[in-house]
Amino acid sequence: MSAESVNRKRRRLLLVTTGLGAVGGLFTAFPFVMSMTPSARARAMGAPVTVDISKLEPGQRLVVEWRGKPVWIVRRTQAMLDGLPKIDNELADPKSEVNQQPVYAQNEWRSIKPSILVLVGICTHLGCSPLPKLEVGPASGLGADWPGGFFCPCHGSKFDLAGRVFKDVPAPSNLVVPQYGFLSDTRIIIGVHREGAA
Amino acid sequence: MMQKVLAWIDVRFPLTKVWEEHLAKYYAPRNFNFWYYFGSLALLVLVIQIITGIVLAMHYKPDARLAFASVEYIMRDVPWGWLMRYLHSTGASAFFVVVYLHMFRGLLYGSHRNPRELIWIIGMLIFIALMAESFMGYLLPWGNMSYWGAQVIISLFDAIPLIGPTLAEWIRGDFVVSDATLNRFFSLHVAAVPLALVGLVYVHIVALHKVGSNNPDGIDIKKHKGADGVPLDGIPFHPYYTVKDMVGVTVFLMLFAAVIFFAPEMGGWFLEHDNFVPANILQTPPEIKPLWYFTPYYSILRANTVNFLWIPAKLWGVFFMGLSLVLFFFLPWLDRSPVKSIRYRGWIFKTALTVFAISFVTLGYVGTKPPEGLYKTLAQVCTVLYFAFFFLMPWYTRIDKIKPVPDRVT
Repeated sequence: MSAESVNRKRRRLLLVTTGLGAVGGLFTAFPFVMSMTPSARARAMGAPVTVDISKLEPGQRLVVEWRGKPVWIVRRTQAMLDGLPKIDNELADPKSEVNQQPVYAQNEWRSIKPSILVLVGICTHLGCSPLPKLEVGPASGLGADWPGGFFCPCHGSKFDLAGRVFKDVPAPSNLVVPQYGFLSDTRIIIGVHREGAA
Repeated sequence: MMQKVLAWIDVRFPLTKVWEEHLAKYYAPRNFNFWYYFGSLALLVLVIQIITGIVLAMHYKPDARLAFASVEYIMRDVPWGWLMRYLHSTGASAFFVVVYLHMFRGLLYGSHRNPRELIWIIGMLIFIALMAESFMGYLLPWGNMSYWGAQVIISLFDAIPLIGPTLAEWIRGDFVVSDATLNRFFSLHVAAVPLALVGLVYVHIVALHKVGSNNPDGIDIKKHKGADGVPLDGIPFHPYYTVKDMVGVTVFLMLFAAVIFFAPEMGGWFLEHDNFVPANILQTPPEIKPLWYFTPYYSILRANTVNFLWIPAKLWGVFFMGLSLVLFFFLPWLDRSPVKSIRYRGWIFKTALTVFAISFVTLGYVGTKPPEGLYKTLAQVCTVLYFAFFFLMPWYTRIDKIKPVPDRVT
């Protein structure tokens, strides 16, 4: 077909209708794509959970579920807290400079109260749940130098007793500290930062 | 009578034409060897997977609370359910066995080269769809390895800058792998991906029959045609290759049945031990590893342990794992050799292909081991060799000394 025989008016109409049709197609695709995002129920499941920690002894760990993820609560002993600054030079981010915790937990213990550690128990590498290796030294099975912490069995990442990542392991950053707060001395709320009685 | 029925149909549907074009008068080279079994075997396994899958879907429950128990119900209470399930789980591994051999055949004889580039690309799309299909199917039993395997693989998307976390959430339909993830993986596994697979297999064959099959000599049989227009070195697919393929099918089914009846778990290689424990969202299995057919890529992912150019090691791992698949698509253009078949290539290509095959198998093996010490070093060395095969290909295929290619197939 030569250029002269093209009906310009019809060609323009064709382009406009095709363009509009494509836009309509994109609009139609939107609900299909969005239907795969987390549902209202899944979002509601993300609601904060309250945990009673009165029975948690020093040196023990409690695992609770929040948003389908394991959340660890560890009551650290004074010896554990004293050990934290000693290993700063073995860690990738000892001062918690990467945004993996709320501001109120950006301190040397990565917690509100020094003794109570709250962490999302999901490795920052590929989402496995690390194992607790809270004992110091050979009892942990990680050698005599082990200062206590967490060990991810999947790809060998190591974290200390504040969830800080060691150097030269696959995990890129410290474990996440979720939003949390103390409703009382023995009750923690996880998922939102709130102090005092609810 | 039959003639009349056929004539009646042929007026309304090109039955005879299709039969002749694709079977009775589709002339394939007469020198197909052992390596040419795996295409038809892949088709056979696809049919096995579809039929057993349909039966399994009648009894399986895609619900996080019921899924694990419904698989055990299939194994114990459903008549012949154990057979259906083992056929399907063994079929998944068999699929990858035959597809990997089918792809290796392509590398051996240059089946991906001009004019068959599109067949190769469609084949690669089939391979990727197959990986998606088996990955999603693996979540369905809702065992602990299913759960954490999916958790790890979906977390890979998290590593993508900017859109990563949102994308991972969109895939899961939740903040973690959950009932929502299981439900959608079921839908994709039984409807979306199988439809795509069947469609792709169809165009794979249409494209093949358009240009004609390659052969172990890698030469064009259409250059020498008889007076009747039939290639002198061609024989009709039916009955010659249908009969040959039936021998392959028989031998394959013997091996397949032996695995199903005597070693359906294959010592943890086809069904992992940790997957006989229900999913536990608070406890990762002590060692996470994918099934054997993903371990080469998993090794490449883990081999990247150095932060480099301000990009974290995790993202490099994901990048190289993706690249290890993407490079296959470019193979028809990376190969600069004037000949197709390995029979007429020099020692450089033969060495390169051997090293590549060894690296691939080694990567697969170390992918099942913890990433420490010797295993880690091996994975890193083999990752370099894997990529060297592709990146150096334009160079070494050009300088390689070739042998004269005969005019007719041997």
